[in-house]
Amino acid sequence: MSSEPYVRTEMLSEQPAPLGQTGILRWMRENLFSTIPNAIISTLAFLFVVLILSKLLPWVLQPSWNSESISMCNDDPNITGACWGVIRTRFNQLMFGFYPSELQWRPIVTFIMMLVAIAPVLFDKLPRKMLAFSAIYPFLAVWLLWGGSIWGPIMAFAGFPIGFFANKYLKDVTGELAAMIIAVLATIIWWLYGASLVSGALASVIPLGITAVKSSDFGGLMLSITIGVSGIALSLPIGVVLALGRQSDMFIIKILSVGFIEFIRGVPLITLLFVASVLLNFFLPPGTNFDLILRVIIMVTIFASAYMAEVIRGGLAGLPTGQYEAADALGLDYWQSMRLIIMPQALKISIPGIVGTFIGLFKDTTLVSLIGLLDPVGLIVTIQGTIEWNGIVWELYMFIALMFWVFTFSMSRYSMYLENKLKTTH
Amino acid sequence: MSQSNENAAASSTMEVSDEVAIQINNMNKWYGDFHVLKDINLTVNRGERIVVCGPSGSGKSTLIRCINRLEEHQKGDIIVDGTELSSDLKNIDKIRSEVGMCFQHFNLFPHLTILENCTLAPIWVRKTPKKEAEEIAMHFLEKVKIPEQALKYPGQLSGGQQQRVAIARSLCMKPRIMLFDEPTSALDPEMIAEVLDTMIELAEEGMTMICVTHEMGFARKVANRVIFMDAGQIVEQNEPEEFFNNPQSERTQLFLSQILGH
Repeated sequence: MSSEPYVRTEMLSEQPAPLGQTGILRWMRENLFSTIPNAIISTLAFLFVVLILSKLLPWVLQPSWNSESISMCNDDPNITGACWGVIRTRFNQLMFGFYPSELQWRPIVTFIMMLVAIAPVLFDKLPRKMLAFSAIYPFLAVWLLWGGSIWGPIMAFAGFPIGFFANKYLKDVTGELAAMIIAVLATIIWWLYGASLVSGALASVIPLGITAVKSSDFGGLMLSITIGVSGIALSLPIGVVLALGRQSDMFIIKILSVGFIEFIRGVPLITLLFVASVLLNFFLPPGTNFDLILRVIIMVTIFASAYMAEVIRGGLAGLPTGQYEAADALGLDYWQSMRLIIMPQALKISIPGIVGTFIGLFKDTTLVSLIGLLDPVGLIVTIQGTIEWNGIVWELYMFIALMFWVFTFSMSRYSMYLENKLKTTH
Repeated sequence: MSQSNENAAASSTMEVSDEVAIQINNMNKWYGDFHVLKDINLTVNRGERIVVCGPSGSGKSTLIRCINRLEEHQKGDIIVDGTELSSDLKNIDKIRSEVGMCFQHFNLFPHLTILENCTLAPIWVRKTPKKEAEEIAMHFLEKVKIPEQALKYPGQLSGGQQQRVAIARSLCMKPRIMLFDEPTSALDPEMIAEVLDTMIELAEEGMTMICVTHEMGFARKVANRVIFMDAGQIVEQNEPEEFFNNPQSERTQLFLSQILGH
């Protein structure tokens, strides 16, 4: 090369990438067969997949959909593998447990409404007004599922306006903090005593209601979804509060949060469930009828929220202190800076962990079968105990696994979508 | 451009009123056992532009961070705009909303657009209606010459642009005092100028400013006082001409010879 002085007179323009960078063959060459060891591994892996499928598919693909019992499958020479008739005959039970069949439209409507209620929470492109429905949905869902007088859920919902207005009108009289405390207390007292009194009185005057269904009739996937979705919806906000509490400068709050988180995380979920099903009855005053499903939801929620708190704490720790300082320097108060600056970013960092906890929680709902609730896994024993299906195993487990997989896989896909959407650097 | 040069030339005549903006009396601060700031006395009048310099670890950043209580002092008083900084949260929030601050690493909120970064505090702290807040924000973004970036996210901007947004974000709160904590130290040389230009323009408009910076050109151009700090104390303060041409203390002479030596 010559060392002549050189001056560029025109800047180069951008060129498109060369052709042939795409295409299946090129992809395979680069990703599967780039080197000899790579090619060997790819081939072996391919053979392994073929082997598994060659054993599994003949077992799965059986003309056994119409069989009425396991003996029909055994007697039929055409059927050499799975006996899928159990899914068809017991589908209803796997979905609804012993929920009265003439009322099963109610869980179905509840489920469809749930999709409508969570849609605006999941996708911010949808009109914000839909959130109003999301707010009343929990009360509507409880009423539809358990039935009974409509006044119960309405009066329970009334706790929120009571708290809101108590806070609003007391603020000028007693100051902000006192007003908030009184409002919270008023709401709790209303829920504990007022709501049942008023709704009972109203129900006797204007008996509006639908047939009540006992908790012991709940079962199947419906039960898993009820427990799982309630746990998911409640554990995130509680987890946020616990994570903030753990970071708090206030000693008592910090100690309480740390104590709660560490205690709950140190105890197996099944222990908490046994406490819910057995021990609580000893502690509660005699005659108290505290619904078992509600007790389980509470236990599952506190269990998941302890994990949630730790996941979110990880997100909080990942934020540079500059973010706190910038929020402070602009004059935002603690709650404003948490809500507007810190939490949105901390939650974004924690999305994989949060969704992981959600998925774990949803799968853990199958543990309730151990305390006698008839979730899909609990129903397996029931179904195996019948004369027709005595001895059936894999078909039920596979079907239940598939049902759970559909839910957990959608959660994990949604989390990837959300992470992508929230990416603000390009 | 020519106009801004004229203004710069006239910087010595930029008005300083007699009104006191910040008063610091015998202020001391410790980090644990380490005495970071020792007996700081400083009075800043409204409209003054003060440059604080000194070796690293001398406490200059800590000093200005005490002024809006990002750091707590343990002894002495700091009075900002007539309000004394104490542990009373109401006073702190009031002072913070009157005192703007720019950081070395900009500290923009990465999850909000440039416009949202600028409107957030006016909307939530000042309770300005959203529309009005956006108009104010666009006004200041135009002032720092990046209105076209308003809908982008901080991560899509260069360092210099981000720092200008940070300045605009502070200005949207209509602060009476601006603090700058090494605003150009994290920037590439090409971008330092654009940030300094913005700061010079601000100084020309009579903003009370305290800048921790090593940009001595900036100090000469706009400061009416330069403060040299070392080991947690104010070692020397003087008008820029005197400070640079005729430093009194040995420590200052050494420092200046080191940073101006190349």
